[in-house]
Amino acid sequence: MLRLDCLRAVYPDLEKCLVVTIMGATAAELHSLGHRPNFFYLQHAMGLASSTGLGLALSLPDQKIVVFDGDGSLLMNLGSLSTMARYQPKNLFHVVFDNESLLSVGGFPTATSTGTDLEGIARAAGIPAVRTVRTLEDFKTAVKNALHTSQLTTIVAKVEPTGPAGYVTDLSLVENRFQFRRYIQSLKRQ
Amino acid sequence: MPVSVTSSKVIFDALKKCDVRLISALPETWLVHLIRMADDDPDMVLVRLAKEEEGVGVSAGAHFAGVKSAMLMQNHGFLASINGIVSFAYLYKIPLLMVISYRGSFGERDPWQTQGGNVTEALLRAMGIPYSVLDSIESVEKRIRQAQALTESSLQPVALLLTRDLMWEE
Repeated sequence: MLRLDCLRAVYPDLEKCLVVTIMGATAAELHSLGHRPNFFYLQHAMGLASSTGLGLALSLPDQKIVVFDGDGSLLMNLGSLSTMARYQPKNLFHVVFDNESLLSVGGFPTATSTGTDLEGIARAAGIPAVRTVRTLEDFKTAVKNALHTSQLTTIVAKVEPTGPAGYVTDLSLVENRFQFRRYIQSLKRQ
Repeated sequence: MPVSVTSSKVIFDALKKCDVRLISALPETWLVHLIRMADDDPDMVLVRLAKEEEGVGVSAGAHFAGVKSAMLMQNHGFLASINGIVSFAYLYKIPLLMVISYRGSFGERDPWQTQGGNVTEALLRAMGIPYSVLDSIESVEKRIRQAQALTESSLQPVALLLTRDLMWEE
């Protein structure tokens, strides 16, 4: 399963969500499908995409928040699973693309390549709905379910360790951040 | 416990008065009353963290949502947050109001706190973080208001150091 195919499959459903991605390939691939003002790409600070999603979810309980995390990033901040589970925001949907690799920094294998089970860790941390998917069809079904239920959900999507040739986009980090915040403020005025 | 309830209340009320509505925190002795006050207040969202760096992400999310927030932590929690502060708050121009208990300074009796005390102000200066040392209850409300104004206008982190003189009654 390719992460790009997963993102392409979920892309239409992201129109009404607030989306936070991790750095590198995940950000570049989502951006390549067509940037939207409701997408925020956290291009550094590994591990904090899920924390950002939690801050958004607790502050905007009527908005669906989607976080595209990765195994390398999540392994740097496993405590985030316990913090999310502690507050269980119903509007937070956490997708972990697990390619068993620190792809964006040279392709070094992560601990999921030697057996660390992020689904098991998320479940044991107390995330109420957790699932691992390995095929595009299962990914699509899991996403549909998660977007239409009111329950904090973590999906671990096992994907190939491949990505685009480069990660820098024409969107400056600061421009992205101001645009994202302005988009959220425009929602509040509606 | 000789942690000052009076000072804690003044700090908490000052945070509320400048519209802080979300507080992330990791428990530490000097902060117990502040955390309890945040927990008991229905108008305040308290996020108890596993590690302080998470608070940078939580505060960024709150800022995007238009909610003012504060990070409540010990100076060792500040040390544990440095990459998040640099690679998120500075990189993306995120306001962060950091309320930090200043352990390991004059009067400290716990040996394990002392090294963190040595480096706290030097690190704040090295990182270019404006900070103020709060050592008397009279200045607390004004300094918190000023720090909150500066973090919002500069879109960068600002720190307040809570000292033993302010937080400890002995």
